[in-house]
Amino acid sequence: MTGLPALLGGLPETHRDQLLAIARDRSFPGGERLFDEGGAADRFWLIRSGEVALDLYVPGRPPPVVETVGPGQLLGWSWLFPPYRWHLGAQALAPVDAWEFPADQVRAPCTADPELGYRLTLRCAEVIAERLQATRIRLLDLYAPRTAAS
Amino acid sequence: MSTVTPPLPYRVAAARPETADAVSLELLPVAAALPRFQPGQFAMVYVFGVGEVPISVSAIRGSGDALVHTVRAVGAVSGALCRLRPGDVVGLRPGDVVGLRGPYGTGWDLDSAAGADVLVIAGGIGLAPLRPVVHHVLERPGEHGRLGVLVGARAAEDLLYRDELRRWRASARVEVTVDRPTPGWQGAVGVVTGLLDRVELREENTCALLCGPEVMIRHTAQALTARGLPAHRIQVSLERNMKCGTGHCGHCQLGPLLLCLDGPVVDCAGSQSLLAVREL
Repeated sequence: MTGLPALLGGLPETHRDQLLAIARDRSFPGGERLFDEGGAADRFWLIRSGEVALDLYVPGRPPPVVETVGPGQLLGWSWLFPPYRWHLGAQALAPVDAWEFPADQVRAPCTADPELGYRLTLRCAEVIAERLQATRIRLLDLYAPRTAAS
Repeated sequence: MSTVTPPLPYRVAAARPETADAVSLELLPVAAALPRFQPGQFAMVYVFGVGEVPISVSAIRGSGDALVHTVRAVGAVSGALCRLRPGDVVGLRPGDVVGLRGPYGTGWDLDSAAGADVLVIAGGIGLAPLRPVVHHVLERPGEHGRLGVLVGARAAEDLLYRDELRRWRASARVEVTVDRPTPGWQGAVGVVTGLLDRVELREENTCALLCGPEVMIRHTAQALTARGLPAHRIQVSLERNMKCGTGHCGHCQLGPLLLCLDGPVVDCAGSQSLLAVREL
């Protein structure tokens, strides 16, 4: 990863320090499952290195990977909105180093300090909007063959 | 405007299948050679009896006489170039002859990237016009800052130049992402902008070069400017329906630009607004 994750980089220093004081270092070996779809979304991570696959449960076949999250990126936003259940599953593709944030310890100061809550929610919303836009673009299947030469 | 010149005969010295529907043709002049191409410029490639298409140069070898064009079979001419039939993935056979006109268009402005980090961002077949940039930077250590190469593809089997991507990793930050992971794929999944968080962007000292589907270019340029990169430090290669290559026919007009002359490489400061205009 290069510099601070985008989620923290957009926050004032006081808020950033406040959040980093809550964080703890976590490492996951490649192949470890971090969470499953429908499970309690009680934490989130900012990835420093490694790659995490987000997948979806489909009966009768291995869970297809719909996206990956890598260095500098936010893993998990379901902790922010009730009912606090994961929308997807997650598995480390390679050894992962990350900051882990317990959700209740982040939501509590956000409730007590509306400015922190607003700014953090705004940053998370930006990440969600980027991923929504990225998903829409992938729906276009832009790299499929078309009717012109390279 | 340029003068239309007759195509010069070039011999296919090698035909290398890159993917199921793309081939790299190494072309050598039969007699006289065209003037030296610059990275980002294109040739009008004529298949005798079929037609002519604009194709960017994907490598410039030797003294500049040997040109490589990576062609994806999407139409009559490119299909003839690739000579694709069911079960046949190799196109023109070595020894066949095509006609070439060029070099045409603007190349990548690598002078403005002197001393700066170079960030190459490609989608799909868009890696082909950017490959000479990577070669240029790697062949001139010390002339530029750090080199980053971000590549998006539909699936792993659609990636161009897989061997080279591996080699480039020794000297550059190379990140690859695919839209559709196939079993065994262990890399990133998602759009190419998702890779931007993985590279350090020194806003005032980075030159970004983009090529790929126009939606991808637009989205990536927006993501780069949102991260603080000035529009004039973003170059994009645009594609329109080029016919003459010399600014006569107007088929490739994009607003005030004739892309065969004023492009295909343009900087974002002058072109970003044009990318959002519908039905010019």
